[in-house]
Amino acid sequence: MTAAVLEVPSEPLLDKRPDRRLKRQNRLAWIARHSIAIVLVIMFLTPVVYLVLLSLMTSNQALTSDYWPNTWHPENYVKVFQSTPLPRYLLNTVLYAVTSTVLTLASSIPAAYALAKLKFRGQNALFLLIICVMMLPPQVVTVPLYLMWARYHLTGSLWPLIIPALFGDAFCIFLLRQFLLTIPSEYLDAARVDGCGEWRTLLRVVLPMAKPGIAAAGLFQFFFCWNDYYGPLLYTSENEKAWTLTLGLASFRTVHHVDWNLVTAATVLAMAPLIIIFFFAQRAFVQGITLTGFKG
Amino acid sequence: MTAVRLRRNLTILSFLAPALIGIAVFFVYPLISAVYFSLTKFDLLSVPEWVGLDNYKRMADDPFLLQSVRNTLWMVVVFVPARIIGAIGLSMLLTNLRRGAGFFRTVFYLPALVPPVAATIAFVYLLKPGTGPVNHFLEKIGIDGPLWFNSPAWAKPSLVLLGLWAIGDLMVIFLAAVLGVPESLYEAASLDGANAWHRFKSITLPSIRPVILFAAVTGVIYTLQYFDQAAVAGSIASGQATTGAGISQSFGYPEGSTFTYPLWLYTVGFRYNALGYANALAIALFVVAFIVTLILLRRAKAFSGEES
Repeated sequence: MTAAVLEVPSEPLLDKRPDRRLKRQNRLAWIARHSIAIVLVIMFLTPVVYLVLLSLMTSNQALTSDYWPNTWHPENYVKVFQSTPLPRYLLNTVLYAVTSTVLTLASSIPAAYALAKLKFRGQNALFLLIICVMMLPPQVVTVPLYLMWARYHLTGSLWPLIIPALFGDAFCIFLLRQFLLTIPSEYLDAARVDGCGEWRTLLRVVLPMAKPGIAAAGLFQFFFCWNDYYGPLLYTSENEKAWTLTLGLASFRTVHHVDWNLVTAATVLAMAPLIIIFFFAQRAFVQGITLTGFKG
Repeated sequence: MTAVRLRRNLTILSFLAPALIGIAVFFVYPLISAVYFSLTKFDLLSVPEWVGLDNYKRMADDPFLLQSVRNTLWMVVVFVPARIIGAIGLSMLLTNLRRGAGFFRTVFYLPALVPPVAATIAFVYLLKPGTGPVNHFLEKIGIDGPLWFNSPAWAKPSLVLLGLWAIGDLMVIFLAAVLGVPESLYEAASLDGANAWHRFKSITLPSIRPVILFAAVTGVIYTLQYFDQAAVAGSIASGQATTGAGISQSFGYPEGSTFTYPLWLYTVGFRYNALGYANALAIALFVVAFIVTLILLRRAKAFSGEES
C-alpha cells in the first residue's frame, strides 16, 4: 500500500516519450491510487454514516448489531429535544462558544497586532512566552485555577470558561500574528502618514484586510469551545444545569438501559453545526490550519 | 521627546494589556501556586500544610503513576509517529490524485471536525466486541475480531485508530508543505532517472523536515495532555456510560490500560482530593512539556519568521 501511496505522477517531460509500457504503468498506478482513495473515503465516512443510521432506529434495535434501521424514526430528533435535557446542554454550549469566541477575538486582536506590526522592547520575549502558554498542557494549572474560581464561588457555572476570554488566548494571538505578518507594512505606514493613531490604523486599515485571518481564528476558537470537554468537566460537572453538550451526550438513560438511539441523535446534533459551518467557511479554515504550521 | 515616547509606550501597553493580564492571571500565577502547593498537603476543605518534598518522594512508589506514565509513553511512541506517517501518506496520495482531489481532501478532513467526545462514542460503538459492525464485518471475512476498547491489549491501539481517523488537521499542514516543494526539484530528479520512492526520500522528505519536527513536537504536547478520548472511551466501553460527573470512576478501563497521565492527575486532584500531590504531578508534567517546547523554541526563528 505504501508504495502506491507514495507513487509520484509521471512528469510531463516523461509523458512526451511514446513509451507504451510506461503509459500502461502510469494508468495502473492511477487506478491503484484512486482505488486506495475510494477505500479510504469509505473508511472515513463509515463512522459518521453508521452514527446517523443508529440515531434513526428504535431504542431496542439500537442495542442489536443491525446497521440498517428496520423502521425509520426521524422523530428521535424531536424526542431528544423533548425528553432529555439536551436543549439546556445545547444552550450552554452555544452560550460558551459564542461569547468566548467574540471576547477572545476582541482581546486577542490588539495583542496580535502589537506583536506583528509594532516595535517594542521585549517583543520577542513576549512572543516566546505566548508560545509557552500555548504549549502548556491545561492540566498543569488546573488545581490552582480551580481553587481560584472556587474562592469566588464561580465553579459549577460557565463563568470560569467565559471570563478568561476577556484576556486573550495564546493560540488565537499566535494565529492572528502569523496572519498579520503577511499584510504589507506599507499600507499601515500610509495610514500613519495620514495621521492615524495606532488604534485607528488597526481598526480602519488592518481589520478589513485581516478578515480571513480573523475568520480562521474565530472558527478555531468556536470549534475549540464547542468541542471542549476538559474545561466543562472541571468546572461544571458539579452542577448539571451548567453542563455543555460534551458532558451531557452519553447521559440519556432510562431506568433500564441507555437510549443509544437518542445518544447518537444528540451526537449527530453536536457535530452537525460544525460540519455545516465548515462547508461555508472551508477556505478560511484550511488557510488557518496552514498558518499554524511551521514556516520552514 | 520623553512625552512622545511615554505616549507611544502607553499605546503599546493598551494593545497588550488584556493579554498581559491573561498571562499573569491564568499562567504565571497558577504556575507559581502549583509549585508552592506541590510542597504542601491539603484537600478542598483544609489549609495547605508544608510537607517539603514529600509529594515528589511519593511519586517514586506510586504504582498508578507508573502505569499512567507507561501508557502516556506508549501513546507518545506509537500515536505520534502513526499520525505523522498517516498524514504524510494522505497528503502524498492527495497531491498525486488528478481527479477529485478536492472531494477526497474534504472527506479526509471531515472527521477532524467531529467533537472528540462524539467521535469516541461513535468508535466505541463501532468497535463493540459483540454487536459492533466492525467485528461483524471481520467475522464475515473469517477474522475473529479483537475486543477493541474492552481489551487491555487493544484499548490503546483503538485510541490510535480514533486518532488516525481524525487526522485531518495534520494532513492539511502536511499537504501545504508537500505542495510547497518546488516542482523543478522533481523534474531534475526524474531526468536523473529517480523512481517515485527515491524522489520521495531524497526530495519530499528533506523539504518537509521542519514540518515533521513541528508535528512531532506539537504531537507530543498533545499526547501529554491526552484526556477526552481516553476518559470517554473508558466510560462508554465499561458500560458506565456517562461523560458527565462521576466519569472518573471508569478512568483507565479496561484494567488501567487507558489510564493516561492527565487522567491520573485529575483522579488524584478531584476524586481523591489530594491536591498537594496533584500539583506535584502537574509540575512534573510542566517540566516535561517545557523541555519538549524548548526543542521547538530553538527553532523559533523558523517559527516566528516573516513570511518567506
